[in-house]
Amino acid sequence: MALISDGRFVEDGWRRLADEESLPKSGKVIVSFARLESALAHAGGNVTLGVLVPNTTEPAALTSALPRLKLVAIAFPAFADGRGFSLARLLRRVGFAGELRATGRLFADQYAHAIGCGFDTVEVADDIAARQDEAQWRGAAGAYSEKYQRGYVANGSILQRRREGAK
Amino acid sequence: MAATKHPQILFASDLKLGDVLVLGADGWERDLRKAKVAASAEEAAQFEAFGKAEIAANRVVDVYLADVEIVGGAPQPLHYREKMRAKGPSVRRDLGKQAQGDAA
Amino acid sequence: MNAHDPQLSHGSNAPDTLYRYDAFDAQFVRERVAEFREQVRRRLEGSLTEDEFRPLRLMNGLYLQLHAYMLRVAIPYGTLSARQMRALADIADRWDQGYGHFTTRQNLQYNWPKLVDTPDILQALADVDMHAIQTSGNCIRNVTADHFAGVAPDEIEDPRPTGEFLRQWSSAHPEFSFLPRKFKIAVTGGAHDRAAVKVHDIGLRIVRNAAGETGYEVIVGGGLGRSPFIGKVICDFVSRADLLAYLEAVMRVYNRFGRRDNKYKARIKILVHEKGIDAIRAAVAEEFEQMDRAPYAHDGAEYERIVASFATPPYESLPKDSAVLESARVANKDFAQFVAVNTAPHRVDGYAIVTVSLKPIGGIPGDATSEQMRALADASERFGFGELRISHEQNVILPHVKKDDLFALWTLLREAGLATANAGLISDIISCPGLDYCALATARSIPIAQAISQRFSDIGRQQEIGKLGIKISGCINACGHHHVGAIGILGLEKKGQESYQITLGGDPTLDASLGELLGPGVTADEVPDVIEHLVAFYLAERHDGETFIETWRRLGHARFKEALRREGEDGADI
Repeated sequence: MALISDGRFVEDGWRRLADEESLPKSGKVIVSFARLESALAHAGGNVTLGVLVPNTTEPAALTSALPRLKLVAIAFPAFADGRGFSLARLLRRVGFAGELRATGRLFADQYAHAIGCGFDTVEVADDIAARQDEAQWRGAAGAYSEKYQRGYVANGSILQRRREGAK
Repeated sequence: MAATKHPQILFASDLKLGDVLVLGADGWERDLRKAKVAASAEEAAQFEAFGKAEIAANRVVDVYLADVEIVGGAPQPLHYREKMRAKGPSVRRDLGKQAQGDAA
Repeated sequence: MNAHDPQLSHGSNAPDTLYRYDAFDAQFVRERVAEFREQVRRRLEGSLTEDEFRPLRLMNGLYLQLHAYMLRVAIPYGTLSARQMRALADIADRWDQGYGHFTTRQNLQYNWPKLVDTPDILQALADVDMHAIQTSGNCIRNVTADHFAGVAPDEIEDPRPTGEFLRQWSSAHPEFSFLPRKFKIAVTGGAHDRAAVKVHDIGLRIVRNAAGETGYEVIVGGGLGRSPFIGKVICDFVSRADLLAYLEAVMRVYNRFGRRDNKYKARIKILVHEKGIDAIRAAVAEEFEQMDRAPYAHDGAEYERIVASFATPPYESLPKDSAVLESARVANKDFAQFVAVNTAPHRVDGYAIVTVSLKPIGGIPGDATSEQMRALADASERFGFGELRISHEQNVILPHVKKDDLFALWTLLREAGLATANAGLISDIISCPGLDYCALATARSIPIAQAISQRFSDIGRQQEIGKLGIKISGCINACGHHHVGAIGILGLEKKGQESYQITLGGDPTLDASLGELLGPGVTADEVPDVIEHLVAFYLAERHDGETFIETWRRLGHARFKEALRREGEDGADI
């Protein structure tokens, strides 16, 4: 898996921990949602925790854990399944300030959607990364100078520009 | 050699142009009369494999086999949907393959 | 003063009564074109697979159909200018086969574009402030509106500014572009709904509350297709300031909870049906309460900016009646019929709303040649401030015609083959393209429409029958809206043949109802006979002034079934 962050493919500082693998003494590990409670209870002080959640997760199921998590990865079972975009919005709404990562078979033309909804990074399948280099990901994310929506992350806001122009 | 229930031809759509193609002896043809006919399951599988490769090569999309009968030596689709694809709109005889002399 | 003076409304001096793109709107559509051009390049070189590219091209209106690609151009809330209509004609000539098809969602379809030409077509559209954004795909589609918007006497408020407001808000939405399925919104501004709001995913009715404030009744979960449903009221009043935030709440609930396991169960109508409107209302209300609405704080001002951008037409001060019109009617029977059937009252004295029928007898419903498009553009400039509408009944509306000018307009229309006096009559048939064009179709629909039209070609007979909406769909996706036809026809396949099921009693208005099945499917040849028998029964049984649907409601479906069964025994036609 490749990882795209701020338009560049970067090394992933995180490691996915299989359920049967025991918690390390240190390092940044992503555990499954099923294992979260136990991981929070047993992780040592040098372990930085992240969680991988299904896109159907209720934000309320995570609220108590969020202050202790540095990363939440949301699984996209298919690129056409846009539930993760709403879940990301809801997690930001309840105050999660750590890394939000989209994972699944998203492709470059969905990068703007991911960023718009509050994701920081996208895990990219190797075959997709091979076809769509980071220039394509940056290009897709940069397609629009300004957009119409209110309250989403974008390069610029048309409504804002209109209000500035009207002054 | 396993026979298919009906002889079959391979349909596709040209990626760039969107028009209807059939697999002929030397590759894709626009005239259904030139379609290669698969009489066995093995042949049909070969057609599909060719179609898959052509998709991967970004030349065509929407590849599938269709049942035909042989009429006057040329393949005629059995289903009315593929008969329509072979000709063009029935309500505009001046458009599509029927107007280009490519109609079966 | 001679009120009939074409110079008064000549194109170059006519104000633009449509929303005027500002620099940001224009930049957005240009950037959209550049984005799609690059997506096509990446598709052809293989960076994008067809699976990845498909939603991208659908969100720019490009389908792969039976014989070719099809491009669906957006005509937002069914409104366009003469200049835009001419551009559609030019595109038809340059990149297609010299014609286009107006649809039941007020859009235009080209049936023969090439993928490699589509970026250039989209650029030509962008040059006249048009686009094909989100006319397909699992996203928010073209927002449709009452085609008599701004001119109907019964209107509370023109729905088009709301349509524009929603168009912008929904364009390239980062959260709602990968929905479970398509999402269709319609807006109506009057007491009579001409936008079929009760059979849309969201229908908005502009209303006034007890305090006199203008806002929206929000209807949710209507839809046709495989499982038709009438929408339910989710909120009886949402203020203007809250509209977009409220819609965002609805969209988020749908995006999160709409079914993803079965394409045929993925619309919001299924979610409302399965969970119940009360549960959905509560979920939306909770979301609305919890969401941060601060970003919506300036919506009121933005809406006013949009309203101001729709210029009011410079109507002349005219008497209610026109002597010129009256004497022309007396002198010419054909013209009198056109006025009686194809014009509707206008809110401004001395003006009329004209429906230009795109259903010539035996013709292809909704199709227009590029010459006809140019004739319509010319007509709108000479007789209507350069503005046209497309109705979801696949006709063209000229919304601001002086009564004094009606005869001159009719003369121009006749020369262009556009003067068929059948608006709303039995030969004004709504039909999807069907299997002649569409890859999804199970049967042809256009030849059925043509056969019925020809059977009832006599205009006197049509007027005697009165308003009767026949709607034909070539498959269960119901793009012909057959469920809400007074007579609906659905084309299916039965034993390797095209077979047609007929329904009765559909109604798309606020009295919405879904048609009931008449009997087993019949062959294409039998359809005109069945329609004849239904019409004969209706004429024999109707009370004074009753429309077909009113008679059907009074007598009940069983009486009609019985009448057809007896006809089958006596006439051996069915």
